[in-house]
Amino acid sequence: MTALVIAEHDNKELKVSTQNTISAASKLDSDIHVLVAGSDCNSVAEEAATCEGVSKVLYVDSKEYENFLAENISNLIKNISDDYSSILAPATTNGKNYMPRVAALLDVAQISDISSVESEDTFQRPIYAGNCIATVQSSDAKKVITVRTTAFDAAAKDSNSAEILKLEEVNDAGISEFIKEELAKSDRPELTAAEVVISGGRGMQNGDNFTLLEGIADKLGAAIGASRAAVDSGFVPNDYQVGQTGKIVAPNLYIAVGISGAIQHLAGMKDSKVIVAINKDEDAPIFQVADYGLVADLFTALPEMESKI
Amino acid sequence: MKILVPIKRVVDYNVKVRPKADESGVDLNNVKMAINPFCEIAVEEAVRLKEAGSATEIIAVTVGAENAQEQLRTALALGADRAILVETDLEVEPLGISKVLKAVVEKESPNLIIMGKQAIDGDNNQTGQMLAALMNYPQATFASELKIEGEKAVVTREVDGGLQTISINLPAVVTSDLRLNEPRYASLPNIMKAKQKPLDVIKSDDLGVDLNPRISTLKVSPPPEREAGIIVESVDQLVEKLKNEAKVIS
Repeated sequence: MTALVIAEHDNKELKVSTQNTISAASKLDSDIHVLVAGSDCNSVAEEAATCEGVSKVLYVDSKEYENFLAENISNLIKNISDDYSSILAPATTNGKNYMPRVAALLDVAQISDISSVESEDTFQRPIYAGNCIATVQSSDAKKVITVRTTAFDAAAKDSNSAEILKLEEVNDAGISEFIKEELAKSDRPELTAAEVVISGGRGMQNGDNFTLLEGIADKLGAAIGASRAAVDSGFVPNDYQVGQTGKIVAPNLYIAVGISGAIQHLAGMKDSKVIVAINKDEDAPIFQVADYGLVADLFTALPEMESKI
Repeated sequence: MKILVPIKRVVDYNVKVRPKADESGVDLNNVKMAINPFCEIAVEEAVRLKEAGSATEIIAVTVGAENAQEQLRTALALGADRAILVETDLEVEPLGISKVLKAVVEKESPNLIIMGKQAIDGDNNQTGQMLAALMNYPQATFASELKIEGEKAVVTREVDGGLQTISINLPAVVTSDLRLNEPRYASLPNIMKAKQKPLDVIKSDDLGVDLNPRISTLKVSPPPEREAGIIVESVDQLVEKLKNEAKVIS
């Protein structure tokens, strides 16, 4: 039985979320193919071919896949789906966008955001913002799955040289058009891939104070995140948001600063290996999940911490 | 322009849900129910389009049990013109719901469908995309801005690295993200008026749609508990612990 993993990439580099998804697929099927669809993305196909466990890379290079418009990519995946017992994509905003469309085209019920593979048809997934874990069994012959990337280790890279098969598949649905993308530019690691994350909440008081986090982030090579409260208050853009409605992160070290610890935030970070909370309210719920809590005013604690690490 | 807004009745977002003691499901006894927050944003966006003169009629629809009429009345109080309940006692999956919605779309022929990006109970994030696929409509998910420009909609979407703007041909499906708008509160006069607005009930069986579940829930368990750690006395102690005990910084 063969699994098809849909690669996440930016037409230049393979994203690590693809490797997490390959690792999930390896628990499900013995053979794994990876689809790299994009425009001028030959280097991505070559990178995917080096991932452990992959026996074949399907490489489709055409302008209409450049921006991953769901209409085009879902038709492509449907057209090549016949030989696969499972189709998996990372639960990134891309995967969440096109995969349900694939599932509906195949008349399959999608299993979203799996956090574990129990058997070839049984999976665990968080529901109610991670307050409950559901164990679900699918009766569909073909499984369409999105993967919570933080729940699976990344498959090793540079250890394989799988066959690359170039396919000519043109699927311009002609009903949607890419206009532009405004991506935050940062020299820091991506939130979902960072080893260390430092996040600020409403306690930061304003956006300017996030510079207090930057000094520490620079020293630790950390990504900077935020709670929904901080985003809603306009301190930082939404792509900083960690939580049920933002990004799910699970770094080695998560430092929550001025964050009370609402359920919706905890849903996005409680699988982190070590959690540090800095908050002046000793009753803040964040302390109940923190390995190390510091009850302190962040405006004195952060500069001191920066000077001591 | 006619707008269809599919909504869902869910546990109120302030409620902390727990699995039942026998792990057979989620304990929903005596729990406060509400309109899904993302659906509320979708209704608000439709109402704003109507207020701006872009839309002429807003129809709210839901698939569920009789008591889901309460949430349809909420949508009517927020400004929807009429409502449809497709009644079923089954717990319908996103695929089944999208098939029901397809039948409704074919009957009502809306130019635009706005709905929440996900429901906060199942956290599936599927129904809008599935409906778009079944109708062969374009989709704009996770919308933070929506503009109607003639026969197209220009939508800004929340994506992992920032924002993406796309143009889609109408009719289309748009799913709302949090920052699309801030929903208004229904005023008392509007809540009273909503009681007089039309609410049709259709039996799901009459639509001839296959709602049989494909996924069975074997059990619902609590997430692994994280034990609270220790409170450190100072920044010095914190840094020392992170270096020597947790070994996560050097």
